[in-house]
Order: sequence, then C-alpha cells, then structure tokens
Amino acid sequence: MNEASLGQAAAAQAAAASSTMGKAGRPPAWTGGYWPFVLPAVVVVLAVILFPWVFTIWMSGQEWKLGQGSSFVGLANYWRMTGDDRFIESFWHTLSYTALSVILPILVGTAAAVVFNERFMGRGVLRALFVLPMMATPVAIALVWTMMFHPQLGVLNYLLSLVGIPPQLWVFHPGSVIPSLVLVETWQWSPLVMLIVLGGLSSIPTEPYESAVIDGASRWQLLRHITLPMVAPFIMVAALIRTIDAVKSFDIIFAITQGGPGTASETINLYLYSVAFAYYDIGYGSAIAVIFFGLVVALSVLMVWLRQRTQWSEAGAAA
Amino acid sequence: MSLKAILDRTLLWVCVFLLVSPAVLFFVWMISLSLKYEIDNGAYPPILIPETVAWRNYGEVLESNRFGTYFINSILVTGAATLIGLIVGVPAGYGLARMKARRTAMLILIARMTPGLSYLIPLFLLFRWMGIMGTLWPQIIIHLVLTVPIVIWIMISYFETTPMELEEAALIDGATRWEVFRHVALPIAKPGVVVAMILAVIFSWNNFVFGIVLAGRETRTLPVAVYNMISYDQVSWGPLAAAALIVTLPVLVVTLIAQRQIVAGLTAGAVKGG
Repeated sequence: MNEASLGQAAAAQAAAASSTMGKAGRPPAWTGGYWPFVLPAVVVVLAVILFPWVFTIWMSGQEWKLGQGSSFVGLANYWRMTGDDRFIESFWHTLSYTALSVILPILVGTAAAVVFNERFMGRGVLRALFVLPMMATPVAIALVWTMMFHPQLGVLNYLLSLVGIPPQLWVFHPGSVIPSLVLVETWQWSPLVMLIVLGGLSSIPTEPYESAVIDGASRWQLLRHITLPMVAPFIMVAALIRTIDAVKSFDIIFAITQGGPGTASETINLYLYSVAFAYYDIGYGSAIAVIFFGLVVALSVLMVWLRQRTQWSEAGAAA
Repeated sequence: MSLKAILDRTLLWVCVFLLVSPAVLFFVWMISLSLKYEIDNGAYPPILIPETVAWRNYGEVLESNRFGTYFINSILVTGAATLIGLIVGVPAGYGLARMKARRTAMLILIARMTPGLSYLIPLFLLFRWMGIMGTLWPQIIIHLVLTVPIVIWIMISYFETTPMELEEAALIDGATRWEVFRHVALPIAKPGVVVAMILAVIFSWNNFVFGIVLAGRETRTLPVAVYNMISYDQVSWGPLAAAALIVTLPVLVVTLIAQRQIVAGLTAGAVKGG
C-alpha cells in the first residue's frame, strides 16, 4: 500500500514535471500520467468482472458437474439448450416479463413526471414518498407483497371486493403470476422513469409553450405536440435502463414465487440459478449465462439504436 | 379562481393521489402487519389499526434467529465493499475523467448491465478453491461488482464538471498530480463522493442474489436471513413483516434524508444493482 502510493507519487511527479516543461502559460498536456489513479480499479475490474466473463465462456465448453471432473465438449451445452423445453419456456417468460415491465413503468413514470412537474403544495414530500419504493430492500418488499397477494387473507382481494371485483389468485395461478409480478415491478420502478423524465422536463424551454398558448392550444395539445416530443429522448433512456434491469430481474421473482407455480414465472435468470446452484451443472449453467449475457447486450444495443433513430428523426423533422 | 382553474387543480390532486397512494398504502400496511397479533393479521375483513399493538413482534425478531449476527454481517459486508469501492473507484473516476477515457468508462458500464448472477458461477468456484467460503470475504469481494462501477461512474460525471483552472494552476506551481488530486480535486468533489457512497451502500445493502449463494449459516446478511424466515411455515406474518421493516428501514431513512443527492446520483447513470 505504502510502496504503491509512493510509486504513484513518483510516477505522478515525473509526469507532472515533464508536462510543466511545455510552453509557459499553456496548460500542461492532459493525456497520460493518470494511469496510477486508475490502476487499482483496473486490478479489481480484471479480478471480479473480466475474469468471470472469460472463465464463464471457457466453462461453457465443458461438461462439468460440481464434485465431478470436467471434460471439453465444445458447443454441446449450447446445442442442449435448443432441446431444453424448460429453457425455451423461461426465454419466453423473460421476454413477456421484460416487455410488460418496460411498458407499464414508462407509462406510469412519464405520467408521474408530468404531474410532478406542476407546482403544488407539498410537492417535494409527495415526490419523496413516490420514490421510496425504488430504494426499499427488494426482499423485504417482496415479503410484504406475498402477504398482500394471499388469496384468502391478503389485503388486495379485500380492496378488490370493495369495488365489486371477484377475488384473484394473483401469484398462485400460472395465468396471473407474471402480470402480478409486473405489478410489483411497476410499483417499484416507475419512480426511476419519473426521475429521468422529470430531469428532461426541467430542461424544456418555455418559449414554445408561450407561443402555443397564444395560438390557443389546449392542455392536451401542449402535452401531445410539445412536451412528449421534447422528452422523447429521455423516455428512451428510461426505457433502455428499464429493459436492462427488467430482463435480469431476480430478487422480486425469486422471493415471491421461486419461479412458480410450477415453472410459470421462471425467467432465464431464475433457471440459470437452478441449473448452476441447485443442480450444480456448472458447464450448462455457464452456457446459459453466456446466452443470457448476449440477450442483455442485444437488447441494450437495440435500445441504443432505437434511441439514435428517434434523435435522427427529430433532427430531420426540425431541419 | 375561475371554474376551469378549480377543475384543473382538482384533476391534478386526483392524479397526485392516484400516483402516491400505492406507495403510501404499501408502507402503512407493512407497518400495520408488523404491529398486529396473528389473530388480527388473519382477520377478514382486514384490520388496519389493531386494538392491541403487538410490539413483541419486533422483540421476537431481534431476539431470535441470530438477527444481531446477521445485522453485523450486513454492516461488515456493505461497509467493507463500500469502503474498498471508494478507495479504488474515486481515484479511478478522477483518472478516467482527466484522461477522457470514454471507451474504458463504457467497458465499466457494461459491468452494470451484466446480470449479477453470471458473476456468481466463476467467483463461487474461485472462492471455494481459495478456501474462504466460511468467511465474509466472498460476499465482500463480490459486492465490489456492485460498488466499484457505481463509484467510478458517479465520480467520472462529477470530476468532468469540476473546473480545471485550479488544478492547472497547482500543477504549474509544481504540485504532483497526486497532490493536485488530494488537495484540489478531491475537496471540490466531496459532494460527489457522498453521493457515490450513499448509492454504493444502498445497492450493497439491498443485494440478495450474491448472499443466497455465498452465505453460510454464520455469514448470512439481512436480506438472506429475512428470505430464509419465509421458508419456515410456522413463522407468522407479524414477525416477518417486522423483520422486513427492520431490514429496509436504514435505506428508507437515508433516502428521506438525502433525497436530493440520491436523485442526482441515480439520474447520472447509475442503474439498480444486481
């Protein structure tokens, strides 16, 4: 530690000395000379982030059950996935879960941003209350949601009965388990969308509104033709973050249903958990991890591409 | 006030009510569950405020199940992972911001996108091979996957906005880069360090998936301990809700106190942990 920081200081000193040799009055060169600052992080990132990636790819080519030896099998683990009904099913669960968990929070969060952009009494406090679910420990809230979903004793069915809706089975029925989990996801993560879109709303200039109001535009027209187009890039950023988070959702699903009933809410992430840490099938688990990682990256790239496209079309419309 | 203005206001308040009530109702119900005896928690129609308050739910949780040990485990894991994250991440954020190393920064962002579970298989094997599975070290080390990228990213965005003039002047006066960082850049970026720390603490504290695989009986963190309580059917709702509330209370308090900073940090590019 001491030696390292001494070395850093010496290196920094040498770099500083050489950079101040430049022309008097001009700022010194800013490239290079900063590696000592980054080096410890590089070591950590290599050890806990890059090493797992490389090792996972290597393991995915092995037939390897924990406690037994491993042998190289090439792409056999990947081939196995194509015939694995449980994997294919979990893939579709992931897609539907993700789609719903992006769309609903975007709708609720954007609406919330528009509302919280208005000035009203107690706005700060109410906004803080709205944001609270986002920070709460997922396992803790999952526990309470599980109690609220209870078909006989849960408060949700009681609330439904007040407005005359028959009781639901919520997470206890294969048909309603994913929508019920998405309800929790929406409750927890709409605030994040709200924060991002609200940031966008605060950067909108007031001139377009003033001229539109003079032209006699209605509140709805203002929203539809000025506000929404201007915050569209921010909504795309929110959708991107939401997609990445939703596709790898684990805590809520695992703590509430463990993927059940049966496998009705088992996503790739949960199946990966079972394969790797319930069956200790390390090789196959690694192959699923690689495909899963590919899916996350593909979705991210798709969203970034969509975002660039919307920006481009806006620029086109403006030109 | 015109009729239209009154209608507008009413509509606004209806919207605010619809948006905020799910969050408020949830936490009120959570408190209610944690303060009721089993007979009240099993009542239909549900009872919000019981006649007799079951404070002993909290006592039961705190006494049994080695809750104290798990609480200390959580503090040790979160504390160590945050501390190491800051020691490693703050200078790295500074270096990357000053080098304008956007590509390296993007690589670190990919670490935020990667599913947390995919780190578990290789690191799990590594920890077993190292023979440290019965200790808290595996969890501390793997929580660095959460804390280091958050700290680096928040610090990059902070250092990019701090003015360079003072640093340049100090460099010309003969200060080393390390001195410039220590005495000029770091004091200015102190609010950024606080944001990075808060978010690192929250993500590490809330994490569940790493603990469920890596924690043994003695090394459970609070989220894992609470989850394990569910598996015992005889545990009633009151103590469970009390445990859930105790776990998430520190985070909720921090959020309410440091709302502004957290919001600033979250919108600066940090995504949820896991």
